[in-house]
Amino acid sequence: MADEQLDCKNLNCPMPIVKIGKMIKTVEEGKTIEVTATDPAFEADIRAWAKKTGHELVNFEDGDIKTALIEKK
Amino acid sequence: MTTQTALDIAGLEKTIEEMLDKKLNERFSSLEAQLEGLSQQLQAIQQDTLSDRVTLLVFSGDMDKLMSAFIIGAGAVAMGMEVSMYFTFWGLTALKKQNVYNGKSIPEKMMAMMLPTGPDKVGTSKMNMFGVGPAFFKMMMDKSNVETLPDLITINRELGVKMIACQMTMGVMGITKEELIDELEYGGAGTYIGEASDSKITLFI
Repeated sequence: MADEQLDCKNLNCPMPIVKIGKMIKTVEEGKTIEVTATDPAFEADIRAWAKKTGHELVNFEDGDIKTALIEKK
Repeated sequence: MTTQTALDIAGLEKTIEEMLDKKLNERFSSLEAQLEGLSQQLQAIQQDTLSDRVTLLVFSGDMDKLMSAFIIGAGAVAMGMEVSMYFTFWGLTALKKQNVYNGKSIPEKMMAMMLPTGPDKVGTSKMNMFGVGPAFFKMMMDKSNVETLPDLITINRELGVKMIACQMTMGVMGITKEELIDELEYGGAGTYIGEASDSKITLFI
């Protein structure tokens, strides 16, 4: 179970990463956030976001509702 | 062992020690000089390294192009980058909050009448059809829950995107500071180049 939940369902580019970018600042290192989203570009964006910012994308589940688990580094 | 040989050995040892000292000193001083040179080079490289910044030159006043600019702006902040946006010519419309006619010359008043009063009144670059296009776009965006241009501008401001208005084009188009939103910076070509030359990404939109 993730430490924090972030609902980005029905939000479009760039709002999911904007919200994640805001939230990641509020959590401590080592804590995880589970993000749910429906944006079709979410997978590509979250992978690029993790690579660029250095936080870890622990898990990603595709589907109608996509779920990403990220860990603050 | 005679006293003579013992003395000779002691003398030899002393000479060897002196030679070693001399050699070592030479080696060390050349290494020190190399280290000094390398640390100077490192400092120069660190100064030359570009900031993790995006600089956008926003020239267009079209709704779709402005949306692109602000989507990239918000996205870049989310990716942990700094963002500067430099607004010139039609792009200044994105920063407008009102039209002011007082104290303007007749050509400036005419200009103000012809220009959109703000980002909620801009047309699209294609399929504008005298304002039908933007209305249609807004309807479609609302349906797919995409942020509108004014929303995107607010988001960018909240995220701390640095916005710079081009003073030369403000003058040309008769736009005054009181017509623009607050908390702006003002500058010219040098300001843009200053920001862009210290950016990893720069785009002309």
